[in-house]
Amino acid sequence: MSDLLKLSLDEVTTKLKAKEVSATELAKEALAACEAAQPALNAFTAFDGDKTLAMAAASDEKLAKGEGGLIEGAPIAIKDLFAVEGVSTSASSNILKGFKPTYESTVTSTLWDNGGVFLCKTSMDEFAMGSSNETANTGPVNNPWKGPNGEMLTPGGSSGGSAAAVAADLCFGATGTDTGGSIRQPAAFTGTVGVKATYGRTSRWGTIAFASSLDHPGPFAKTVKDSAILLQAMSGHDPKDSTSLPQDVPDFVAAVGQSVKGLKIGVPKEYRVDGMPEEIERAWQAGIEWLKAAGCEIVDITLPHTKYALPAYYIVAPAEASSNLARYDGMRYGVREEGEDLTAVYENTRAAGFGHEVQRRIMIGTYVLSAGYYDAYYLRAQKVRTRILQDFDEAFKTVDAILTPSAPSAAFAIGSKSDDPIAMYLNDVFTVTANLAGVPAMSVPAGSDKDGLPLGLQVITRALDEETMFKVGAALEDAAGFNAKPEKWW
Amino acid sequence: MSGTSYRIAGATGDWEIVMGLEVHAQVISNAKLFSGAATAFGASPNTQVSLVDAAMPGMLPVINGYVVEQAVKTGLGLNAKINPWSRFDRKNYFYPDLPQGYQISQFQFPIVGEGEIECEREDGSRFTVGIERLHLEQDAGKSIHDLDPSHTYVDLNRSGVALMEIVSRPHIRTPDEASAYVSKLRTILRYLGTCGGDMEKGQLRADVNVSVCRPGDYEKFRETGDFGHLGTRCEIKNVNSLRFIRQAIEFEAKRQIDIIEEGGTIDQETRLFDANTGVTRSMRSKEEAHDYRYFPDPDLLPLELNEDWIEMVREHLPELPDQKRVRFAEKFGIDNVEYLDALTAEREFADEFEKAFVALFESNDLAKEVRLAIYQHLHVTVDYPGKETAESVVEDFLGHNLGFDAEDHRKTYGKDAQALANMLCGQVRAKAAEAGVSAAEVARKIDVAGLVKLIKDGTISGKIAKDVFEILWEEGGDPAEIVESRGLKQVTDTGAIEAVIDQLIADNPDQAASVKEKPKAMGWFVGQVMKAMQGKANPQAVNEILCKKLLG
Repeated sequence: MSDLLKLSLDEVTTKLKAKEVSATELAKEALAACEAAQPALNAFTAFDGDKTLAMAAASDEKLAKGEGGLIEGAPIAIKDLFAVEGVSTSASSNILKGFKPTYESTVTSTLWDNGGVFLCKTSMDEFAMGSSNETANTGPVNNPWKGPNGEMLTPGGSSGGSAAAVAADLCFGATGTDTGGSIRQPAAFTGTVGVKATYGRTSRWGTIAFASSLDHPGPFAKTVKDSAILLQAMSGHDPKDSTSLPQDVPDFVAAVGQSVKGLKIGVPKEYRVDGMPEEIERAWQAGIEWLKAAGCEIVDITLPHTKYALPAYYIVAPAEASSNLARYDGMRYGVREEGEDLTAVYENTRAAGFGHEVQRRIMIGTYVLSAGYYDAYYLRAQKVRTRILQDFDEAFKTVDAILTPSAPSAAFAIGSKSDDPIAMYLNDVFTVTANLAGVPAMSVPAGSDKDGLPLGLQVITRALDEETMFKVGAALEDAAGFNAKPEKWW
Repeated sequence: MSGTSYRIAGATGDWEIVMGLEVHAQVISNAKLFSGAATAFGASPNTQVSLVDAAMPGMLPVINGYVVEQAVKTGLGLNAKINPWSRFDRKNYFYPDLPQGYQISQFQFPIVGEGEIECEREDGSRFTVGIERLHLEQDAGKSIHDLDPSHTYVDLNRSGVALMEIVSRPHIRTPDEASAYVSKLRTILRYLGTCGGDMEKGQLRADVNVSVCRPGDYEKFRETGDFGHLGTRCEIKNVNSLRFIRQAIEFEAKRQIDIIEEGGTIDQETRLFDANTGVTRSMRSKEEAHDYRYFPDPDLLPLELNEDWIEMVREHLPELPDQKRVRFAEKFGIDNVEYLDALTAEREFADEFEKAFVALFESNDLAKEVRLAIYQHLHVTVDYPGKETAESVVEDFLGHNLGFDAEDHRKTYGKDAQALANMLCGQVRAKAAEAGVSAAEVARKIDVAGLVKLIKDGTISGKIAKDVFEILWEEGGDPAEIVESRGLKQVTDTGAIEAVIDQLIADNPDQAASVKEKPKAMGWFVGQVMKAMQGKANPQAVNEILCKKLLG
């Protein structure tokens, strides 16, 4: 196998345009690499080689004529939450086993319009509920990075399969969805770049809903520039999604590499949490120094309601999920378990179809929306949400971007937190605020811990200002010079 | 707010009823509330279902702007406050005909707030019903339980169709008032073109809340707004005809009174009306009531309406039945309440009346400008623009150009308008009922104006006109030609009439003599003359000659 797959998206599209490599060749190589890695990583849920090769052939035709889009010919992995026409789309859940949509999500169809080639579906926490990819119905995904004693680590979640695929150089980019950190945390755990744009920048149409007001489709990439290219190739106003932003998409790629001199970078004291490993603290400090060296002004800021973000998130997200997942009732598609009456059919179907974590969240969500509890939980959580947004608004009056760690630890071992939901939920402590506020945020690899595992830093900017996010992200990437790769064992 | 005279005598004294209605009206729109799927009635099962209606994974709702306009139009027609900010909530429950597992509705912030409509009781008296709110929501699909003994089939054609739920205040006091309220609401909706109102097709369905109280309690409630003065209510779901509404209320009120008088209490519950047996039975108690877990739908933004846009919709509202009544009374001098009700009950029928009025004067005295203006006005009631212009042309013309005032106008045209109304409200409506079609359809088929013109100028009598009407209904055609070709013209030749009368008097001398003592006996002679002349004799001439000859 050649080293083609090690190239960045930016590099490979240049080669494709120069006809140094064909899309078909690339697709075949990527398919083979994914299939070879699957027994070890368990990162994939579906392939459709015929579709992949047909799309690659179509790209080659365009490339031959000197035409083609932004990512023409590049194989892209797709989180199993996005509907891809004719390809199994199951949200890694038994309840949607075998479901093949007759429609294409807006994000994937936009990617294909820009020349992307469908490579495969990637594993995820069931219905995107989880931070370790351990709740997938097909079993846990292994992080390409192993622990110091060779133990298997989680790639984070929920978009673990996509993160693993990018980290292991099995594709040139992948889609994820970020509801509370499901792109940024796995990106941090795998040494990849993960982006969650402004809420509404990427359409939710055709993406299986977890928590509608928090779900953000976005890209995983090998570099900050690649992530900008991918976000460019999946964004845009979608009239089919009422919450889609009607704004034009700026030139994200152009922002990458622009000077950060004079930018004010906020460092929120509330993100210095108890029990945070020293290495995370050190990586954060290093980030601060790099940006200072690049000419940024560092400003200590306060985001006073941060500590309420996680509890509020774990009310709003399950509440919306409990309603969004009501449609999986065994009546029209997916799994159906018979029973002696209607209630029994519902109970049997949903008991067999949903895993424990999904059931737990449906129950939490049902509870917090119940008569008599709504005001105490859901309404109060929404008020917290408003405060979080005001915190950011206030902070962005003085700073241009906020720098925080992406996750409170490096990748952890499979099984180490799966029995403790609270410990698992704490993984989202740095990321949920940006979901609650809808502001753009990205995770950039910024170094390693003592075991050589990647750590990520998070850049948060004002709503609609992804350009500053990409500028700062690229500056961090440059300064960090993180180019470690997991040793290939798959 | 006036008291009701409607009482139900119980063993322990008199009772009164208090009712509030929730009417579900299907919005006229080619597409559903949140999807582009079609809404036509009677399509094959599951042929009008989009991915959104079937709640496929990842599908999202997008509001249908036309439906919003229809709701605003309806709110304005109900004299209600339009809320510039409203929101869609999810009402969560499981049922196979509810694919999303929730209904998108407006629970907390409806698009339309308080309003009121004036209704007519059967005796012509009027009463006002307060409207609490109007909100938009999705209809569910249809579960079909009787096709197979062991399976239920689901038709999702109706799933996602836009409904307006119109909630009244508890201002309805008798079964007839309940039916009059729904009927008036339906008339307004049809005028506005926002709901077809066909109850058989499910376009209009009512949930009736019924409670009973002692005389005087309701007045206390109206003074204080304290529901404690009223009895516990039961909600009768989905009653789908005016007759059933009356029946259900009558039964339910008696049921409640019996329970209370036997020392029991009324449980707040949801009940179903069984049209076959005429009784209501319990569907679910308050304890069994669903917890719908309402919360704002995160897939939709709040609905924000621009004040200017609301004003534009208001300006383009068609003339409503109450306005039309006033105009018909003022401009045409129609004072018969029954006629006014009948003429304005359906917009199409009112239009036929106005068209006939114009046609009646086409060839002579009603000036071209006025005819044009009325035509324009008729057009206006369908398609908005230029209403002011049309009205002012009529006013100008009648008021200034010819020096008419409204009084003069009524004097000049009132009699003819009355004659037209007579025929439309009498024979035309009777024919419509007989043939099972709308009165407007009959009026369109028959040249009523032509027929009235023939009566007016003495060509035929009212009696002959009835025969000509039947011929026109069966065969169509021009009234004047039919009268001419079939020799139905009235005989006004006094010589011919005199000859017949002379012969009659000669043949019946005793009868003729008796008329002097009993002038009523003259009727017999009138009848005989008419018979001899096949009804074509001018009745006035016959009377005059008979008087002269018999009374001297």
